Amino acid sequence: MDQLPALQVMLPLVMAPLVVIVRHPKWSWALATITSFLACWVSWLLLQQVMDGSVIRYAIGGWEAPTGIEFYIDRANAGVALLVSGLSSLVLVYAYHSIQRTVDKSKHYLFYAGWLLCLTGLIGMVITGDAFNVFVFLEISSLSTYMLIAFGSDRRALVASYRYLVLGSVGASFILIGIGFLYAATGTLNMVDLAVRIPDSESPRAVLVAFSFLTVGLMIKAAVFPLHGWLLNAYHHAPIAVTAFLAGTATKVSLYILMRMFFSIFGDDYSFGLMLLNWVLLPAAIASFLIMSLVAIYQTDLRRMLAYSSVAQIGYILAGISLATQQGLTAAVVHMFNHGMVKATLFMSVGCILYRVGNTHIPSLDRLMSRMPFTVVAFIIAGLGLVGVPLTVGFVSKFTLISALLEQGWWPAAVMILVSSVMATAYIGRVIYLMLFREARGSTVTSHGYREVPILMLVPMYVLLALGLYFGIFGSQTLSLAEGAASTLLGGYQ
Amino acid sequence: MDVIGLYNYWIVIVLMMAGLYILIARYNLIKKMIGLSVFQTSIFYLYITIGKVEGGTAPILVDDPHVVYSNPLPHVLILTAIVVGVATTAVALALTVRIYEAYGTIEEDEIRAANAEEQDI
Amino acid sequence: MNPVWTLLPPLLVIPFIIGFGEAKRNLREGAILVAGTVLFIMNVVIWRATLAGELQASGEIAILSQFSLKLVVEPMGVVFGLLASFLWVVTTVYSIGYMRGHNEQNQTRFYTCFAIAIAAVMAAAYAGNLLTLFVAYEVITISTFPLVTHAGHDAAVRAGKVYIGILMSTSIGLFLPAMIWVATTTGTLDFSEGGILSDAGLSRFSLAVLLGLFVFGIGKAAVMPLHRWLPAAMVAPTPVSALLHAVAVVKTGVFSLLKIVTYIFGVDTIAASGAAEWLLPFTAFTVIVASIVAFTKDNLKARLAYSTISQLSYIVMAALLATTMSVSGGVMHIVMHAFGKITLFFCAGAILVGAHKDSVSQMDGLGRRMPLTMAAFFIGALGIIGLPPTGGTWSKLLIAGGSLDTGTWIWISVLMLSTLLNIAYLLPIPLRAFFKPVPEHEAHDEHGDAPAACRYAIAVTASVTVLLFFFPGPLTDLVSLIPWR
Repeated sequence: MDQLPALQVMLPLVMAPLVVIVRHPKWSWALATITSFLACWVSWLLLQQVMDGSVIRYAIGGWEAPTGIEFYIDRANAGVALLVSGLSSLVLVYAYHSIQRTVDKSKHYLFYAGWLLCLTGLIGMVITGDAFNVFVFLEISSLSTYMLIAFGSDRRALVASYRYLVLGSVGASFILIGIGFLYAATGTLNMVDLAVRIPDSESPRAVLVAFSFLTVGLMIKAAVFPLHGWLLNAYHHAPIAVTAFLAGTATKVSLYILMRMFFSIFGDDYSFGLMLLNWVLLPAAIASFLIMSLVAIYQTDLRRMLAYSSVAQIGYILAGISLATQQGLTAAVVHMFNHGMVKATLFMSVGCILYRVGNTHIPSLDRLMSRMPFTVVAFIIAGLGLVGVPLTVGFVSKFTLISALLEQGWWPAAVMILVSSVMATAYIGRVIYLMLFREARGSTVTSHGYREVPILMLVPMYVLLALGLYFGIFGSQTLSLAEGAASTLLGGYQ
Repeated sequence: MDVIGLYNYWIVIVLMMAGLYILIARYNLIKKMIGLSVFQTSIFYLYITIGKVEGGTAPILVDDPHVVYSNPLPHVLILTAIVVGVATTAVALALTVRIYEAYGTIEEDEIRAANAEEQDI
Repeated sequence: MNPVWTLLPPLLVIPFIIGFGEAKRNLREGAILVAGTVLFIMNVVIWRATLAGELQASGEIAILSQFSLKLVVEPMGVVFGLLASFLWVVTTVYSIGYMRGHNEQNQTRFYTCFAIAIAAVMAAAYAGNLLTLFVAYEVITISTFPLVTHAGHDAAVRAGKVYIGILMSTSIGLFLPAMIWVATTTGTLDFSEGGILSDAGLSRFSLAVLLGLFVFGIGKAAVMPLHRWLPAAMVAPTPVSALLHAVAVVKTGVFSLLKIVTYIFGVDTIAASGAAEWLLPFTAFTVIVASIVAFTKDNLKARLAYSTISQLSYIVMAALLATTMSVSGGVMHIVMHAFGKITLFFCAGAILVGAHKDSVSQMDGLGRRMPLTMAAFFIGALGIIGLPPTGGTWSKLLIAGGSLDTGTWIWISVLMLSTLLNIAYLLPIPLRAFFKPVPEHEAHDEHGDAPAACRYAIAVTASVTVLLFFFPGPLTDLVSLIPWR
């Protein structure tokens, strides 16, 4: 049991080359899926251990911090690790059929190996307690993500991947610079140690530079408006399983690191008191959910529409962070989970449509209900979750976020959130409307008979959907977890 | 503050800006990659500069308590970063090859024009 | 009795509805009738227990950390619960006749969504806090959407868009923030005697804005300018219009408002602060203008829809006048108007099925062929107008009396004017039917009255409308139990 934190990262890391050795498409898929489920189980066990507020500090190789590198697991990140590994497992099950349409059979093993590396990187970023280690894991996940995106069937996937590579590398380099300045200013890389030493640093200017570079770098990785350019094409053209996985996890992990940095390492007095960060974050957040929701209404492609909506949802999380209060942070954390589940479900159902219909052009979805009822029902319920209809997870997070804003008297921001919710009703409603009812001007594809997708695609989608509904009805469970995470983040390192 | 004495940092800044400029201003995907590499290299310089201790020597232990060593940690870190940089370049170049196969060009504006033609498909 | 049980009959009947399907439609509709009867009996049990002063509450489901879903019985909810469950049975009887007579498609989907909507109405009736009410409100909106678009043709779908668009955007854009505002100010959302905002220390301005958010956020109350969805929803099959858009859906709106005024604000708080003053003109405007618009409509269902809008604002006005008398009148008017209006809708549907007519101008001489239907129409119209011998008399009297308590003559004159308008647009219909001769070209059309099932339903609702005039006792007893402060 003591070695669980190491297992969490080592499992997918070691299995990745094994998948390459296995090579057989079916076996490599099975191996990757089992690994991912094991990782999920490990993070569940870890979460159980830290639920009561305790902390696991695992010194890698026996080298105690601050000399060595350590994994630092508490209430705030164990949940994120569970989200990442859980989504990875479900989407991997789903990927089996979905990938066969986009990736050549001879390359499947590379795809699954890349997936496991991506999982390694994301989980590593979350649980590590060392600033430089964050960069290393970030690059592991990024490099494998570039590769996964390039697997997209369309040649535009290559360009999207290249563009993401350029922007992602710049973002990662910024983070590297930031870490360098932090080290120069404090002489340590251990996060707990950093939190202690930053207030007494002899060179506040270096700390300031580090803070700025880290903020911008992480904001690029988290696709915060207006640094979201890479996300749209990447989500649009990547294989849909990759999109579902990334949409639920990648940006969320970066947002988690952002929170950890603002609240635990620098402390909210520094980030929000001295640097007045809320005056940067809140406008960015509001602009992102207003503008991106508006743009989403006019999209003609379902995947692109959901990509825009993702940027908008990141805006909600950012609004919660910018409050820097217990309730605001709770809202941010709970929305991270909820949106991760909802968006992954949505992209999975879109993947089902892609699997049968062959494209995701919105006008070609008319009357889909009569042909693929299970897929459409999943899309509708998840879509209602995105809008924030009661009894879905979206309602829980939106309620928490708005009451957090009102608590601070920021009612204009709350009004903007409601406006963007109404826009979300418009863009999701438009698609649901098409799926349920005939397009008034009539399109030509209606006569094709689509069948429902294979069971292996439906089951993970419905598991996720059921989880979403469960946490929508018994929202206090995720909320109490998120409250714990928020107080841990705000409390800084013990 | 001795401006000339900080010339290492000036070099870092010049390299970094040059790299970023190439990255943004060039349409050729290979040239972009050169820009990115220059940009990353400047960060390596930054780290090595941080690790320098005045009068310090290479951090190889000798039995003389008066010897001052440079800080070895940034060097170690930057070794990792160099590896990451090489990997990034490799992935980018592989992508460029694939893009060339798919589009027949590596000029970004031509690629964009080709994409615009097949919009909404 | 635990009010949660009332959710079960409509929900448990759904598997039976789907299971029996179109093939065994007698069994399917029998199952619904059984469920409806059981539900009504449950509500009667709750009613007796309420009169005996028993506390009836359900457990809680915490969907948010401080706020949970829970059901608690209070007198206003009993009134609404009894009303909706009784009319569900009657409407089912009616729709058996209507849907078959009219050969509607997808009847299984129709009955399923209907049952979900009824379950949500029960949840709304016994909601123990604002959050539960909001959730039930949204479920009603979503579950009735397929009913509005039931016919599936372009007009129905367009109407569905208007319907869901207005109801969803107002509830998310106005109702939800109002609720969150209450939650952050008081830390609770529970309905409690005297109102939770009575000592929250909100300024007059804040109270006025908050009340406005509720009045317009509850789009189902159809206060102008947010009334467009109601006439749009009339494309639905007549039983839907009858139960949902004369009773369940629209009454959920005004019922929510009455409950919010009584248990969230507290009537005294509103009366003392004058927070409702800026909203009363809206309701007065709606009462008058909707009546005038109704007068211009030739389509019978459209005329009834605008009449409903006008009558709903009547109740909203009663709530906003915020005197004990007017709010009691408002609660009673929910019942009185429900029976009157459902009778009218039933008649409209019967005329459509029996004579294939849907316009007022085609009614000439119809009374001779459909005497029972048109007689019931006459009684229903009297109920809406508020003339004896129908129950509508009492509720209108109470609202009018309540408006006098506020010390101005404006609101009572609005009410009286609208009553005159009611007479002008409702009474000519039965008069035409009975006293005008049958037009020449129709003289040889031989058609009888509506299907038997429809006629039974109409007879029941029309007689209840009359009975409520002579025996309003049970209703007034319940209303007198409402804890005002």
